[in-house]
Amino acid sequence: MKWQMLNNINNIIFIPEIFLALFSFISLIFGLYVKKNAFRQTSNFAVIILFFTIILVYLDNYSNFADYENLFENSSFISFFKILVLLGSISTIIITKDYFLAIKLKNFEIPILFLFSTLGMMLMISSNNLMSMYLAIELQSLSLYVAAAIKRDSVTSAESGVKYFILGALSSGILLYGCSLIYGFTGSMNFNEINFYLLNYENLNMGLIFGLVFVMVGLAFKVSAVPFHMWTPDVYEGAPNSVTAFFAIVPKIAGVALIYRFCLVPFQNFYLDWSQIVFFLSIASMFLGAIAAIAQTNIKRLLAYSSIGHIGYILIALIAANDNAVKAASIYMFAYMVMNIGIFAIILSIKVKNEFLINIYELKGLSKSNPIVSLSISIIMLSMAGIPPFIGFFGKFYVFIAALQQELYLLSILGVLASVISAFYYLRIIKIMYFDDNTEIINIYFKISYQAKIILFISLFIIIFFIFYPSFLINISSNLIL
Amino acid sequence: MFLYSLTFYLFSTIAVLSALMVISARNPVHSVLFLIFSFVNAAGLFVLLGAEFLAMILIVVYVGAVAVLFLFVVMMLDINFVKLREGFLQYLPFGALLGLVLVIELGILYLTDTSSNFNNSQILLEPKINETENTKMIGQLLYTKYFYLFQICGIILLVAMIGSITLTLRDKGGVKKQNIDNQNTLDASKAIEKKKVKLGEGIK
Repeated sequence: MKWQMLNNINNIIFIPEIFLALFSFISLIFGLYVKKNAFRQTSNFAVIILFFTIILVYLDNYSNFADYENLFENSSFISFFKILVLLGSISTIIITKDYFLAIKLKNFEIPILFLFSTLGMMLMISSNNLMSMYLAIELQSLSLYVAAAIKRDSVTSAESGVKYFILGALSSGILLYGCSLIYGFTGSMNFNEINFYLLNYENLNMGLIFGLVFVMVGLAFKVSAVPFHMWTPDVYEGAPNSVTAFFAIVPKIAGVALIYRFCLVPFQNFYLDWSQIVFFLSIASMFLGAIAAIAQTNIKRLLAYSSIGHIGYILIALIAANDNAVKAASIYMFAYMVMNIGIFAIILSIKVKNEFLINIYELKGLSKSNPIVSLSISIIMLSMAGIPPFIGFFGKFYVFIAALQQELYLLSILGVLASVISAFYYLRIIKIMYFDDNTEIINIYFKISYQAKIILFISLFIIIFFIFYPSFLINISSNLIL
Repeated sequence: MFLYSLTFYLFSTIAVLSALMVISARNPVHSVLFLIFSFVNAAGLFVLLGAEFLAMILIVVYVGAVAVLFLFVVMMLDINFVKLREGFLQYLPFGALLGLVLVIELGILYLTDTSSNFNNSQILLEPKINETENTKMIGQLLYTKYFYLFQICGIILLVAMIGSITLTLRDKGGVKKQNIDNQNTLDASKAIEKKKVKLGEGIK
């Protein structure tokens, strides 16, 4: 009786994930049997796998229906975010390869952990059920816990791994409790069925509100929105730079997509209930991201707070919850990914006195020794601050348009204020590079492999020239359906 | 019904008594063995409830894995159990408080009949215990409806395995390993070499 299911052409929505899972297993064996340069070979193999997965995701685009007992859903929004995740993952594997080799972390399992994490994120984005959501989140984070602790001889790496693991387990527990409450009060775990069940009600009862809050807490932890952000700076600082790059670039995309889907699919009729939570998360994230980053001199902590701030802006669009919200979120996420790829490609290649860059004051005098690199950093920093000609501006622009359409004036004003404050620390890096006198002999080296150079070039190209041809992204993103 | 009650009271009495013995036995190995005994009796209670799958899982997971692990810890590590037991009675008030809370909760459950005001008709699909074994039912659901989740669980376990191996396995240099192939193919005539030693020179 089940043969029909196998022959069903509808199962094609599943193919990218099956492909990625299958080839992750194959690359595990591949890494084991390649004797020479196992890490490098496996990384290249992983990049090829992810590339083909992108093609597969692109090909099943717009088959907007659910299958497998609605555990799994596909839509244009989901495909878009999956492609973003895959692109981020590919770029990270390429730009981090040389760094891993330089710090002598040559375990071939690292790219495989990234592959499994990417698989988890893809499943997370397309999950349409509380159970599949939870399992996908676990798959995603379990790989990342291991990746954070991968540098075994380093105390900080072990600390960040354990910290991430314990706090992640705590947040998973809260999320699971929320899921059980929602299941208990609606009798279903499916997003559409929960929505359907809730149509009969005007107000959420107490248990459902608790469930909603708990699930939101768990998800906010995963994207590090403010009251639940504590782990972010420590984990970013402790993990090896290359793993930090992965943390900063990829999981946030999946987390944001999942928060959007969770708020707008099962609880779409209870806007007032979840928008209060998101409202607080958003304002707190923006301001903490802007203010706490001022005191940071460690570049990784600074970028951690910067990413917390960016999450705040994306959540503004969620509060707007109109047609422009999804559009704004996808443009912002795209910009966020491109900018972070650019900045991490540079950070992972700068060596100061034979050590990789840690402190931002070590960038003193970079404008004289390496004018092109310092110009690129300046462009990315200006873009992150949201200064007009660059892509970061468009991200914020569409977010605020979405907010203003919904007459969220307070939120927009606060957002612009936070944006101005955050410009301080972005501009400070530019000031250090260009205007701080360096009395010591400049001892900065910039060494980058040509593959990473291509990625850096592409990201800079998009950041600078997005203004001339914005319609390619805007056309795609305005047609996205949740 | 009499037999049912008899078995129930038998299992539960033994479970409670052996649980008491877990904390009062002097020898820690005896404690662990009593713990296993208690688990087995709890599994018996699950069978009485018609949840034979849970009973099996209890035996496999708790007795097979957890209790054996305890036994390993107790036997392998040099822990001074006499010292651990020293402040035993000072936790008594706290334990009594927890017990009291549990008793009150049970009392509330007994006094308020929740089944009558449970108006949600969507759930509460009661399993027909006498018709299908619940192992079969769980299997039927797990491999058809929730096949996808089952597969993700498998991948998660795989990742956990990869992670634990990556984080703990170290390649130590200079470790001599036994190579059985070489040993078996060793030729007696080549293994021993005879040399003539010249007087006053030795072998190089």
